[in-house]
Amino acid sequence: MKYYRSHVLIGINETSLAAGVESFIKALRAELSKTGLSDEINLLETGPLGFFGKGICLTVYPENVNYENLKEADIPELVQEHFLKGRPVARLMLDSAGKFSPKFNYKSRIVLRNSGIIDPESIDDYIGTGGYEAWEKALTKMQPKDIIEEVKESGLRGRGGAGFPAGVKWSFTAPLEAKQKYVVVNADEGEPGTFKDRLIMEGDPHQLLEGLMICARAIGATKAYIYIRGEYKLCIMRLQKAIDDCRSYGIIGENIFESGFDLDIQIKIGAGAYVCGEETAMIESLEGNRGHPRWKPPFPGVKGLWQAPTVVNNVETLANVPFIIIKGAQEYKKFGTPQCTGTKVYTILGDVAYPGLCEVDMGTTLRTIINEYAGGMKKGFKFKAALVGGAAGMFLSEKLLDVKMDLASLDQYSAVLGSGAILVMNEHQSIVDMLWSILRFFRHESCGKCSPCKTGTQQLYLLISKIKKGEGTMEDVELMQNIAEAMQQTSFCALGQSPIMAIRSAIENFRDEFIAITQK
Amino acid sequence: MAKNVNVWIDGHHLEVPEDMTIIEAADQHGVYIPRLCYHPDLPPTANCGVCVVDISGNPTPKRACCTPVAEGMKITTNSKKLRDYRKTLVEMILSHHEVVCPTCAANNKCELQTLANNLGVDPYSLPNILEMKEVDMSSSAIIRDPNKCISCGRCVTVCNEVQTVYALTNSDRGIESEITTAFGLGMNNSPCVNCGQCTVYCPTGALRERSELDEVWDAILDPDKHVIVQEAPSIRVSLGEEFGMPLGSVTPKKMYAALRKIGFDSVMDTNFTADLTIMEEGTECVNNLKAGSKRPLITSCSPGWIKFMETYYPDLADCVSTAKSPMSMFGVLAKTYYAQEHGIDPAKIVSVAIMPCTAKKFEARRPELNDSGYQDTDYVLTTREFLRMIKEAGIDFATIPEEEPDEGMSFYSGAGTIFGATGGVMEAAIRSAYTLVTGEELENVNIEAVRGLEGVKEATVNIPGFGDLRVAVAHGLGNARKVMDQVREGLKTKGESPWHFIEIMACPGGCVGGGGQPYGNDIASRARRGLALYEEDRSLPVRKSHHNPEVQRVYERFLGAPNSKLAQKLLHTYYFKRSVSSGQVVEEVTHKHH
Repeated sequence: MKYYRSHVLIGINETSLAAGVESFIKALRAELSKTGLSDEINLLETGPLGFFGKGICLTVYPENVNYENLKEADIPELVQEHFLKGRPVARLMLDSAGKFSPKFNYKSRIVLRNSGIIDPESIDDYIGTGGYEAWEKALTKMQPKDIIEEVKESGLRGRGGAGFPAGVKWSFTAPLEAKQKYVVVNADEGEPGTFKDRLIMEGDPHQLLEGLMICARAIGATKAYIYIRGEYKLCIMRLQKAIDDCRSYGIIGENIFESGFDLDIQIKIGAGAYVCGEETAMIESLEGNRGHPRWKPPFPGVKGLWQAPTVVNNVETLANVPFIIIKGAQEYKKFGTPQCTGTKVYTILGDVAYPGLCEVDMGTTLRTIINEYAGGMKKGFKFKAALVGGAAGMFLSEKLLDVKMDLASLDQYSAVLGSGAILVMNEHQSIVDMLWSILRFFRHESCGKCSPCKTGTQQLYLLISKIKKGEGTMEDVELMQNIAEAMQQTSFCALGQSPIMAIRSAIENFRDEFIAITQK
Repeated sequence: MAKNVNVWIDGHHLEVPEDMTIIEAADQHGVYIPRLCYHPDLPPTANCGVCVVDISGNPTPKRACCTPVAEGMKITTNSKKLRDYRKTLVEMILSHHEVVCPTCAANNKCELQTLANNLGVDPYSLPNILEMKEVDMSSSAIIRDPNKCISCGRCVTVCNEVQTVYALTNSDRGIESEITTAFGLGMNNSPCVNCGQCTVYCPTGALRERSELDEVWDAILDPDKHVIVQEAPSIRVSLGEEFGMPLGSVTPKKMYAALRKIGFDSVMDTNFTADLTIMEEGTECVNNLKAGSKRPLITSCSPGWIKFMETYYPDLADCVSTAKSPMSMFGVLAKTYYAQEHGIDPAKIVSVAIMPCTAKKFEARRPELNDSGYQDTDYVLTTREFLRMIKEAGIDFATIPEEEPDEGMSFYSGAGTIFGATGGVMEAAIRSAYTLVTGEELENVNIEAVRGLEGVKEATVNIPGFGDLRVAVAHGLGNARKVMDQVREGLKTKGESPWHFIEIMACPGGCVGGGGQPYGNDIASRARRGLALYEEDRSLPVRKSHHNPEVQRVYERFLGAPNSKLAQKLLHTYYFKRSVSSGQVVEEVTHKHH
């Protein structure tokens, strides 16, 4: 085996592709070969690097230096200075002061354990890190009920927003007698500001597939669909390659590992409707119908896709499963809090120094996440609020900075963890503007099936627009809250039930702002 | 059988089958939960949210229309909170609705209006946010007004799931979402068969017939015109209910009196041509049987069914009777036989039909129905329009003294009157076909097997000299589809239809449940009106079409014999193949006999 002096990880994602990373890599390889460094410097194309630099980003090991916004013109200097002489080029570095080196938290990495390290398009890379051992174990050494017990015991809760215990969900479907059962992966990540599932899939598609396979085995499903939003082109390409590789390796297909178990996985591309992230609307869409939600009960676990028992799980939820099977529930429970085990992947964006992605223990406070994983607030700005959980989430004020971020702790403040998006706002940002933006989003995404949501989202949008223009009154503010509450109580699905969260938290925490603008 | 569970609704203990929804359980036990989009005849769409109830152990209320009962469930249907939510909901719905109640076709019948009133809703609490859309006037039968639509989804359900016509669908999202036809091309460019079931189930005035009331009034008031009117069998049992009389009151003679008072020059009756239809269709059926045809004969009275057949089963068009509908037979005879008998210039005759049906408006406009040398039927009014006309004329229907119709085209047998209920045409046909085949009279004229509201009814009638006559009766186009699929399959695999003779009516319950019938036209009222027709049948002196003296006279003096050359010319028609997407004619598939 070759010995490399340095490993250079290049993040391939939608952003870097748009910045021309492919031709950048060609030029870099050419430069390395020109300088005779090809055998010393290992170039590895990988997924998300764990920080959000602009454009093309690199991480160089072993010194752990991060570069961002690289251009092809920078290549000669980079190669000469850093790769040849070992002097990192300060002007190209993510943090030129070098004080903050945002990285994934290694201690807590379960879901992102391979992200930014292995080549996501190589099944061998994944297998090399212990990949598909859990699948082999689940298939050949465990009974479905043992798998479900282990997942139940681990305390794994759904990461899509609602937080329903995954093992319990599986246990409803597993005992049902049916000709056909299905697993559907909800990869229709539509919550504004949330892209953790994209990064999980871009960085390590096999881990999702492995979790999905184990779930299929546990409930007895022989067909699985990954419902993914159409914009996620790179994810789709990588997942498809991963599925094809699994098929050719005999990891899925017929009579897998001679266990008698069959499994096939198909990707279904969504057309961009937010409501299709709701599991029953997703099922309707999968069936080729309009994305309208169905009434529950019956739940999909009993009557789902084509009326067959169907488990719908979020990407992140399933990506936790291989760890639980290999390391065991006890090991898993060492992460997080007793009520809320494991880790959580967040996307942090807005007015922080280093917007990015992190995987932290459940229960990590918002303050810790912002300060330790995002480098604190952007220079010169003060924290005002964080919108946690996307449009369906809520505004957390400074008072809640030290609340543990887990489902149980947040519940005490009627808050939810939601999708894992943290949007940080500085003191100059207007809550009213932000709320306007959220309500415009709901107005646009309401499917129009049920009256409360169809009419309510439009009324809310018109009211907040009026308030934003300085033409509203405090009665309008109250009316908005009343409408949203009626929507929460009477809307058909979670979409119409959600706007109350942002509205109530905005009005309760930032009432002064509403008073000021309505009295203008 | 589902097992029973114990539930408590507002503290009252009930034992109900576990497959019931909360609203069904409540209705059965006299607890009325406010509702808007729910209709007991249809699967719930659960769109409006008004029927929310609290269920112990649930943090948010649940919809009663689609939540099944469960053991130990404790349900609260009325609380301050629930009332407030319902009010807010109705206010929101009204804020996106064209509120023009006094002039709306559905005024006083509108379920939204009633609900808003019952809940004490303030219609001005929210600004009206409706952006007016174009009203769909493309169809000659049905107007679709999106500004009054509250997206309850009943029309989509009845069109697609009950009738399987697939003309209506949802489009767009959120506040822009609307119920429309494919690509928004309008009802006339859709597979709509004009059955009008959507108008019957629409809780507001968003779907209604295209009214021809003004034109009819103008004709009546024009001294140069001779206005002749016919009324379908079901009309006589559908009027009294509007005027405080019991549902299913049999009121033919009040109907004639009202029509005469309104000013029609000649008051006749479609029941007469119902009997005539039996002579024509029955003869066709008997000829078919005698020829040993493997293909069935299917009735042709229902214009919704005819367009449905032309759209979805044009390959079986040759199985459908060529006999025109009773309405169109009347129309052609009014401008030929009647004109001749009374020495009236047919150009001056205006022929008006009062029908329980919106599809009849389409039928009247079929260009091929002009064998009199004029458009055979000039105007069609639905039962609802006729009711409005009675009120406009200031007639108190309940107390108006009974009158007889004019003579010549108004006498009818019991067989003619039961045309208005599902199975009625079949029963009427059997009563006469028996005689046509055997030369003898059928003793027991009550063919119970083809009566009632079961979706598809089958019976075997032994006719001496022929053997077993296998018949089927379907009402509602979803049931028609089932029967037609079996016919198609039978012809394909066995070279033979499962039945010799089939009656199909487009509307559930037959014409008594027609798309032009009064609002609130649910299964129960359809059944009651149907029974009223059978009551009238029992009370009539003549119960077989071939004994109708006026029918006998029209053959003697004008047509000759059933299926004669002249009868073929005037009383029979032909069919087309239509596009499944646009409903437009593609080609002629059967031809007229000459």
